[in-house]
Amino acid sequence: MSDFNTAPLPERMLMAPHADALGMQLVSIEKGRGVMTTPWREELVGDPETGVIASGVVTALIDHTCGLAINSAMGEAMPIATLDLRIDYMRPAAPRTGVTAEAHAYRLTSTIGFVRAEAWDVDRGDLVATAQAAFMLNTRGQPLKGGA
Amino acid sequence: MNDNAIRNLNAFLQKVPYVRFLGMRVELAGDEMTAVLPFSPHLIGNPMLPALHGGAIGAFLELTALAQLSLAQPTQRVPKTVDITIEYLRSGRAQDTYARAILRKVGRRVANVQVEAWQDSRSQPIAGLTGHFLLRTAP
Repeated sequence: MSDFNTAPLPERMLMAPHADALGMQLVSIEKGRGVMTTPWREELVGDPETGVIASGVVTALIDHTCGLAINSAMGEAMPIATLDLRIDYMRPAAPRTGVTAEAHAYRLTSTIGFVRAEAWDVDRGDLVATAQAAFMLNTRGQPLKGGA
Repeated sequence: MNDNAIRNLNAFLQKVPYVRFLGMRVELAGDEMTAVLPFSPHLIGNPMLPALHGGAIGAFLELTALAQLSLAQPTQRVPKTVDITIEYLRSGRAQDTYARAILRKVGRRVANVQVEAWQDSRSQPIAGLTGHFLLRTAP
């Protein structure tokens, strides 16, 4: 496995131990946009009566996908840090169903990245959650090696 | 609040698969509930720093809010999260994390809860959460 700092972005996004533990998968990536999914599994259930995936899993997926979108929007890979993340939960996901999130980094300044994200279970048009986030860019003041 | 209430709450929490996945538990300190997220390598987001994943911290904060609400209303069903705003103040290091929740307003249908998480010192929080939760009467 290549080094976290030098790995290509898609690979690096999956090398984060928490993303790996949640079973996150990369669906697609383009400049400023990313889609990731977390398949359902028993361990991630938040309501044992219904088998619905925990909202915390959606939170982590959205946070991670926002990071992917920011990283893909930047010409070079830089360390970033979430400043704030607001999530509206419109409805619980369907029982025993995974969640997919798409994030769009719609504006980058020299220091801050602004991202919007949406999450759904089955139908892209029937959302489970929407989110808005701001990230600090380049938190260590220098670019990482390797491209985005 | 007493030891018994905390014991019941922990027993309830450990029935939730995702709570076990994170490794979270609650403790009683004085008359306040403190939630504990023991460090575990699978909570890491950035292995180079290393730092806890923001999503894991957010989930821990949200679960702390829900746990505090359950403690206040033990006969009710677990509330549903309507919205959360998470503020990240410092990077979460590879060590145990603690959180406490304040019920700022528990209305008839919605509760407003504020949570703060820290590691070494409570005066240096690593993250905060404000959320609205839909209260549900027992089935």
